[in-house]
Amino acid sequence: MRPRRRDRRFDDARDAAGNGVLDRRAFLRGGAGAVATGAFMAYAPSDASAASPPETPSGMTTPGAPLSPYGSPATFEREVTRTLIRSQPGTTGAGASRTPLEALEGMITPSGLHFERHHNGVPTIDPAQHQLLIHGMVARPLIFTVASLQRYPMESRIHFLECSGNSALMYGATPPTLTCGQTHGLVSCSEWTGVPLRLLLEEAGVDPRADWVLAEGADAAAMSRSVPMAKAMDDAMLALYQNGERLRPENGYPVRLFLPGYEGNMSVKWLRRIKVTDTPTMTKDETSKYTDLRADGTSLMFTYPMEVKSVITRPAPGLKMTGPGLYELSGIAWSGRGKIRKVEVSADGGQTWAEAVLAAPVLAYALTRFRIAWKWNGAPTVLKSRATDDAGRVQPTRDELIAQQGANVVYHYHAIQAWRVESTGEVKNVYA
Amino acid sequence: MSTREALAVATCVIVFGGCAGTAPRETPNLGRAATQAEIAGWDISIAPDGRGLPRGAGTPADGALVYAQKCQVCHGDKGVGGPNDRLVGGQGTLASKTPVRTIGSYWPYATTVFDYVRRSMPFFQPHSLTDSEVYAVTAYLLSLNGIIGEQDVMNAETLPKVKMPNRDNFILVQPWKPRVQ
Repeated sequence: MRPRRRDRRFDDARDAAGNGVLDRRAFLRGGAGAVATGAFMAYAPSDASAASPPETPSGMTTPGAPLSPYGSPATFEREVTRTLIRSQPGTTGAGASRTPLEALEGMITPSGLHFERHHNGVPTIDPAQHQLLIHGMVARPLIFTVASLQRYPMESRIHFLECSGNSALMYGATPPTLTCGQTHGLVSCSEWTGVPLRLLLEEAGVDPRADWVLAEGADAAAMSRSVPMAKAMDDAMLALYQNGERLRPENGYPVRLFLPGYEGNMSVKWLRRIKVTDTPTMTKDETSKYTDLRADGTSLMFTYPMEVKSVITRPAPGLKMTGPGLYELSGIAWSGRGKIRKVEVSADGGQTWAEAVLAAPVLAYALTRFRIAWKWNGAPTVLKSRATDDAGRVQPTRDELIAQQGANVVYHYHAIQAWRVESTGEVKNVYA
Repeated sequence: MSTREALAVATCVIVFGGCAGTAPRETPNLGRAATQAEIAGWDISIAPDGRGLPRGAGTPADGALVYAQKCQVCHGDKGVGGPNDRLVGGQGTLASKTPVRTIGSYWPYATTVFDYVRRSMPFFQPHSLTDSEVYAVTAYLLSLNGIIGEQDVMNAETLPKVKMPNRDNFILVQPWKPRVQ
């Protein structure tokens, strides 16, 4: 393999942290366009190994494919799919599928790759037949059709959704030998459009003594969770659209609850009923599940916000480095308590850190893309990222997290992720 | 806003004044009134104090028959050893390195067992059991866990009074406490 062409922009850049992490402005020096056009394609074969294309490729000598009613990814991308699709024994729809994080860029997850977590499959719901009941401690119990919901004033917001059990295997004694998406892919980010729940609750007239609402889905698990009234009246949304089109069936078509920043299970899909109550209903999924068992045998209940977290997605397990040289480290960071303030990256196992560039827009409760240049010398090393949110919360190390809450918790894992880069270019999950 | 609309809003404020404690605003108001009969048909959730529990009753012996037919294939003989969630035992293990979370060792409210079985079990035929069958299966599982006696009858009066062993070991993070009525 011939060495990569040297690039003056990087020769000029001073090291921002140990082992080749470059100043975060290194990529910007040549203008943003120079980055976007890929002066080097990390994780792809080098130019030298690629065959020269014909001067007139076949696509230029025959008419292309016809127009189509609904587009699909390129056929060459068919391996980019949801991954680690697992269901409870004897079932097909009671489990999860994960977003292939290492195959994606930017902040938005394609709807077809949004992670899934269902408790008894995806119901087929005709929107003309579906209705939403709001009742309980209200002056006027009301029933809404889906068509009527579409006449209400809507909001559009970009928010992540993360399953409370995302990264749970990282609590285990040995690091999982899985791809990045298989380990951390129960998080996705979409633009959600819908009706503020507050508008409908106000129309129904909430009894001032009510403190909670129960949300219930129209699936075969009749998924149900209690939501604090303060959240319901704040930024809770009845989402009808995802990334501009109507919700996908696996994301709650025709209408779902969406609670920004909260554990995904509470954003009840296929929403059929909102009951205003004075107490939590203490459903199965807020008592026997989605509670955090600590080392002393007590459990935390109602731990709603997903904590500050980040992970490097390129390079990451599932991708292979293609020899020494210049790379861009890229990853995602998010917090259920607000915006990401900064992400620091280390290429020497955490001895030294440099601040990565946060790609605009940086939004509350959204995935934030971070990037930084790294000149890999080809020697084995450990990469890490550490996020801080605007509430000042910093990602803990795995040891700190487990020391704080014990190893019996299966939810809310958010520790600093370490990827070991081998001299072969392989990237492995390590506890370091 | 036309005079007529302004009057309509004003009337609304007068009639429903302060009903939501919010300033009047124009909203589409497209919901139709739900009748009590409709609500009764939709409302399947059970509060931890038992509000919402239906008529009907069942004993552990009744429940054993239902369990053998509808539950055992997934959850195992007497709630242990099936391919899916274990339902029985594990008491005393929560502070160990291998905690076993079951209805008996972990679940804080007996009403949740009724609520969950009725809304989502059996897995392949949810909403197929009668309310008395749900009471019976609930009674059987509570009895297998040693929480109620083998002769105890579970119904809307008795079930909410069952104190689950792990009830007091949950720490509520979300600021909330029952209001003094």
